[in-house]
Amino acid sequence: MLIPCPHCGPRDVSEFTYGGDATKERPDPGSTSAAEWCDYVFARENPRGPHLEYWHHTQGCRLWLKVRRNTATHTIESAEVVGPWAGAEERRRDKGQDVA
Amino acid sequence: MRYSIFSLLGNALTGNRKWQRVWRSPEPKPAYDVVIVGGGGHGLATAYYLAKEHGITNVAVLEKGWLGSGNIGRNTTIVRSNYLLEPNARFYEHSMRLWEGLSQDLNYNVMFSQRGVLNLAHTPGQMDSYAQRGNAMRLHGIDAELLGREEVAKFVPGLDMSRSARFPIEGGLLQPRGGTARHDAVAWGYAYGADSRGVDIIENCEVTGFLREGGAIVGVETSRGIIRAGKVGVAVAGNSSVVLEKAGLNGLPIESHVLQAFVSEPLKPLIDSVVTYGAGHLYISQSDKGGLVFGGDIDGYNSYAQRGNLPIIKHVAAAAVTMFPNLARLRLVRHWGGIMDMSMDGSPIICKGPIEGLYINAGWCYGGFKATPASGWCFASTIANGQAHALNAAFTLERFCQGRVIDERGAGPQPRLH
Amino acid sequence: MSGYRLASGGLIDRSRPLSFTFDGKRYQGFAGDSLASALLANGVELYGRSFKYHRPRGLFSAGVEEPNALVTLRSGARSEPNCKAPVVELFEGLEARSQNRWPSLGLDVMAVNGLAGPLLSAGFYYKTFMGPTRKAWMLYEHFIRKAAGMGAGTLLADPDRYEDMNAFADVLIAGAGPAGLMAALAAAGSGARVILADEQAEMGGSLLGSGLPVGEVGGEVGGDAWCRSALAVLAALPNVTLLPRTTVYGYYDDNAFGAVERVADHLAAPPEGAPRQRHWTIRAQRLVIAAGAIERPLVFADNDRPGVMLADAARVYIERYGVAPGRRVALFANHDGAYRTLHALAAADVPVVAVIDPRRSIGTAARAAAEAAGAELLTGHVVTRALGGRRLTGIELAAYDPDAGVKGPAARTLAVDCLAVSGGWTPTIHLASQASGPARWDDTLAAFLPGEPAQPWIAAGACNGEMATAACLAAGARAGAEAARACGFSPSPVSIPAVTEQLVCDGILPLWDARLPKGGGKAFVDLQHDVTASDVSLAHREGFRSVEHLKRYTTLGMATDQGKTSNMAGLALMAHERGLTIPEVGTTRFRPPYTPVSLGALAGQARGAHFRPLRRTPLHDWHVAEGADMMEVGLWQRPRVYRREGESVEQAYIREARQVRESVGIVDVSTLGKIDVQGPDAAEFLNRVYSNGFLKLPEGKARYGLMLREDGFLWDDGTTWRLGEHRFLMTTTTANAAPVLAQLEFLLAAVWPELKVAVTSVTEQWAAMAVSGPRTRDVLAAVLDDIDMTNAAFPFMGVRAGHLDGIPVIVARLSFSGELAYEVYCGAHSGEAVWRKILAAGRDHDIVAYGLEALGTLRIEKGHVAGPELDGRTTAEDLGLAAMTSRKKDYIGSAMLDREGLTEPKRLKLVGFVSRDGQPVRSGSHLVSADDSESPPRSLGHVTSSTYSPALEKYIALGLLEDGRERIGQELIASYPLKGHRVEVEVVSSHFFDPEGSRMHV
Repeated sequence: MLIPCPHCGPRDVSEFTYGGDATKERPDPGSTSAAEWCDYVFARENPRGPHLEYWHHTQGCRLWLKVRRNTATHTIESAEVVGPWAGAEERRRDKGQDVA
Repeated sequence: MRYSIFSLLGNALTGNRKWQRVWRSPEPKPAYDVVIVGGGGHGLATAYYLAKEHGITNVAVLEKGWLGSGNIGRNTTIVRSNYLLEPNARFYEHSMRLWEGLSQDLNYNVMFSQRGVLNLAHTPGQMDSYAQRGNAMRLHGIDAELLGREEVAKFVPGLDMSRSARFPIEGGLLQPRGGTARHDAVAWGYAYGADSRGVDIIENCEVTGFLREGGAIVGVETSRGIIRAGKVGVAVAGNSSVVLEKAGLNGLPIESHVLQAFVSEPLKPLIDSVVTYGAGHLYISQSDKGGLVFGGDIDGYNSYAQRGNLPIIKHVAAAAVTMFPNLARLRLVRHWGGIMDMSMDGSPIICKGPIEGLYINAGWCYGGFKATPASGWCFASTIANGQAHALNAAFTLERFCQGRVIDERGAGPQPRLH
Repeated sequence: MSGYRLASGGLIDRSRPLSFTFDGKRYQGFAGDSLASALLANGVELYGRSFKYHRPRGLFSAGVEEPNALVTLRSGARSEPNCKAPVVELFEGLEARSQNRWPSLGLDVMAVNGLAGPLLSAGFYYKTFMGPTRKAWMLYEHFIRKAAGMGAGTLLADPDRYEDMNAFADVLIAGAGPAGLMAALAAAGSGARVILADEQAEMGGSLLGSGLPVGEVGGEVGGDAWCRSALAVLAALPNVTLLPRTTVYGYYDDNAFGAVERVADHLAAPPEGAPRQRHWTIRAQRLVIAAGAIERPLVFADNDRPGVMLADAARVYIERYGVAPGRRVALFANHDGAYRTLHALAAADVPVVAVIDPRRSIGTAARAAAEAAGAELLTGHVVTRALGGRRLTGIELAAYDPDAGVKGPAARTLAVDCLAVSGGWTPTIHLASQASGPARWDDTLAAFLPGEPAQPWIAAGACNGEMATAACLAAGARAGAEAARACGFSPSPVSIPAVTEQLVCDGILPLWDARLPKGGGKAFVDLQHDVTASDVSLAHREGFRSVEHLKRYTTLGMATDQGKTSNMAGLALMAHERGLTIPEVGTTRFRPPYTPVSLGALAGQARGAHFRPLRRTPLHDWHVAEGADMMEVGLWQRPRVYRREGESVEQAYIREARQVRESVGIVDVSTLGKIDVQGPDAAEFLNRVYSNGFLKLPEGKARYGLMLREDGFLWDDGTTWRLGEHRFLMTTTTANAAPVLAQLEFLLAAVWPELKVAVTSVTEQWAAMAVSGPRTRDVLAAVLDDIDMTNAAFPFMGVRAGHLDGIPVIVARLSFSGELAYEVYCGAHSGEAVWRKILAAGRDHDIVAYGLEALGTLRIEKGHVAGPELDGRTTAEDLGLAAMTSRKKDYIGSAMLDREGLTEPKRLKLVGFVSRDGQPVRSGSHLVSADDSESPPRSLGHVTSSTYSPALEKYIALGLLEDGRERIGQELIASYPLKGHRVEVEVVSSHFFDPEGSRMHV
């Protein structure tokens, strides 16, 4: 399996660590019921088909990615960087074009 | 027809023309007392014990493909009950005892062979944690032996026992009653036993939905029509999320992962027991046909594709030849993948479901094969009595939220680590 | 079969004779021979014994599909079972042995199994061996295992080396026959990076040795010559990699391929420095599958007699190896293509007795070939039985009607010593089917073709049903160009040579069963696994009717050849039984590998010492030079004890620990995870990560912190030091260094992206050592240049930067041992220098280097928790650390900390144990009640860590115990039933030594 890391380019799955379901949002600890926390920590849709999931480029740029991958075929539709570095590649490219 | 050496001889003399189907191929009836979804090992065992232990014979087992096409026919055939935590130890030991009489009980030779299961240890710390487990087993009345280096070398010839090995072998934990069984025969034997007690086994019958009336499940919609049922038991590990979603159950504490298995060319007897490596994930044994059967870790990502990828294949082979340097010239003849229900604590779920009429058997991670008899036995009891048996009382769906997880590895809610 | 060497012809080098042995007998062959061709040339008829019935078996094929001629090659540590003789290249001194026979190939006592044939029908073992006792199976099994298996493995370690190679290509072509070669020419011309792999030593596939006229600019040449010129063109191109002796065995996700190159298998042993085999992981944008096709046999009684051989194999032995397969040959075939073999036989002057063909009419060219060979042509006939025992002596024929089938009884008998059979061809769709939808049925060929691609591959040639050489060439050219175009290249057209070819696999009449309606004898479907046509019927009768059940119940297609010659007949017979067509019955899924792959090749270099990386601290060499017993922790090598002459491990750690308490000791703690945490929100971040407060940690101070998992259970602990307003150095346990960093990165990316914090691992950048003991201050004060070591200036938990004899260091006043203690961190490269300087300064203070055992002793005496207590199942409350889980803030794990299962009183709690009878308390013991009424007694908990305590002069232990804190003062038994040990212990507080902590505050 090849994961298209937006920072490093396509890289073999062996460079990455799986992080599971990326549709889960961590609830606000202050104002959330026990049931919602249980849902966040334990419940998984586990679909057969498209699945949004986290991958960590552990042996590469160490960015966390959100990858849309089909669990029935292993086909990857998209991969994007999660967090403060999201969009950095695009911004750099855009900047490069401005300079040019 | 009862199987024995005499029936074999008799049939051999008549050109083997009088053998009957091992299980019938009936048309589904409109209604049953109990419908079991999933014609794998656990589903068939459940039907068998419903009939045998509880006298409930108006039962159908629905299988979407061919009988035994799931994990019962894709595993590495290991049977053991060497668990640390009490709920697991009690449950798997019950399974072990059922295994010990299974061929005679079913009148079908499942070739249960108690060749011993040995876990290798490579550090003093690992020896201590095996001791903790082995002592727990002994206190639960389960057989266990702690072997030193010399005993390991004697028990398993061919291991790299050198002190300079990357992970020198310090010793190991042996369960002499552990071993292997012929996986397909377990499915066929349970099918034979259930069928002969009146259970309808219906292949090529895919469940497409669940019938609900007044909040209760009262049957299933299938590719072969609607089948009503007093109770519906679902035993479709690997696909639990997909099937139970049709019953309106979303968000089970389960991820489906692919686990690969491997078999080598057949050889004259070389490895007599089941051996697991303690410094990487590998388990290996030799089948009666002579093939070395081995497996390792799951690939580590959600998957329903019954195939894996090269990194794990290479890693498993590397572990095998690191452990047994004499295996390097032997050849892999086939490898394949199965889909595991990886639960959030590494332990299974056998319980009455949150919807009336629905019963759940799921979350077997990659230990489902050895559990087959006890899983069927406990699930049958749970279905028949409408409540869990003491042996599966801890395997609830609620335990996760309650914090009563049964976490042998202490890995927490990360399925890929169990 | 009485084969012999022809006077001329073939691709062998008659000037290079090679000598070899089979079952100890010496034979001679030539360079270019396979083991099979050389044995055939020597008139060898018997090659092996079958799996179940131990029937005598001869040579059946000329390729990887060989089901019969399996041998063990070489001897000793290089012995290799189950090698297929047709694909073993002959070398000088080759040593081969037959398998699965005792005492000898000629006289095999297990052949008695054949007499019990009907009893040993498919699946017989499921119906018996169940009594008289439950354990009886183990006894039967012992003998069954001995009888089963094929060749024997060895207990000796393989002395050879295997290599890994990663390669990237635009176009990978699997198979270098006519289609593959043309594909390579077409793709390579465009500039695309091409890898052409073929399983044979010589590329060319079906063209090898073939006299088939193939056109070239300037005239016609033989197929063999054309393929050599094509290879010369390819070899000269820099963008082409030719990989002979390389099998592409598996198709994985995103066009990743596994391939094995047999670098030195054609030699007695690998040359100095060379690997035996090389595993290639190839990534290619496009795969062109040009894998060819495999001929299939026909099913009739005793069709396994040595001398029955695939028709095209017979041709290959003549044309490629210059060996005649027999002296009186008959051909039994159901299509025109097989008549090519007649040309070869005629050219070699081998008498052809008859041609038996079930069809009423055959092609003109086929008829002409039969006439030219001088053979009697018997159309509308089939062979119903092969005669003979250890060698074929004749065949029985019967009339055949395409509508009514075989018409018995046998019409006549012919004396032959070789029967060439062909039931058509099965396209090699293995690779394609690993990455495609269901296979497509083709009626014209009576075969399955590749299904709809699920990944980007293109099939060309015989594997795609294009059986004629001309069609292969054209399809290859098309596929190569298409693949190159798909990779963004612009291939120009290549000229496709014309082929003068008259006999192709045309006009096939599917024939799946040529048995007489009533006739005995075993008609084999799977030769290697001894699966007969009757077994297929039996499987049907017993309900094993799906193809997967058929396979699993009868073991059809599960042998080392994975059913390459047998699957089709099996499917067809089952379809017949069920009254369905073959496509309705379907085919089983093809699993990798295409042909068996050695475990050594798959393992590559990552085996033995290279199985896992080995991590060494900056002080490793010093430890080793001092003679430390090193042990593995995680992947790290750490000193366990520094044993002196004559000391046991226990004596050594007691001495080391005692010396720490009495004077001063130093221990290497470089393996601790170290994470640099920086940014304006670093303190806030740590405060959310740790269960205890970090917001108010002042600069220059360290704090011990606990980390929980989201589910509220304990995960990790360590100290974190505030080095500046925005800068912290976090330490983790050795085991969790990597997961903790990944978790911190996850939280900063996915959960709190608003926090301005960066984290990075600095584990390997720092060398770290802990110096402990009452005289530590004196030692360190002597070597530190600029740090005031007084208690007032450098209080407990203080952190100071400075220099140690000029070397920059950070010193933190932390204590794991409970003594006055400091951790000294310096750049990894200075680690040994700093270590030596401290040791030198400590010499007068009786300093001792101590290892992990003493470290453990000291922390157990203090009741500090470590790995055995942090087992992933314990909570802070369980370990007496509840005070460190803040109630005033939210942090990872806080929301789920108070769930019922985590707070119920019956949870096991951390306590201490003291041995009452002077016996060691072993880790892994379980605590049981001292009264013996229960048997076996119930476990109340277990011992997690244990040691001899020099401070208390007793054996002590930590453990987790039910109602632990309420039991303090009770007497229990630490039971170790594995070895029958029982030790009386008293339950005590886990803080054994200096519970007030007075010693570390001095």
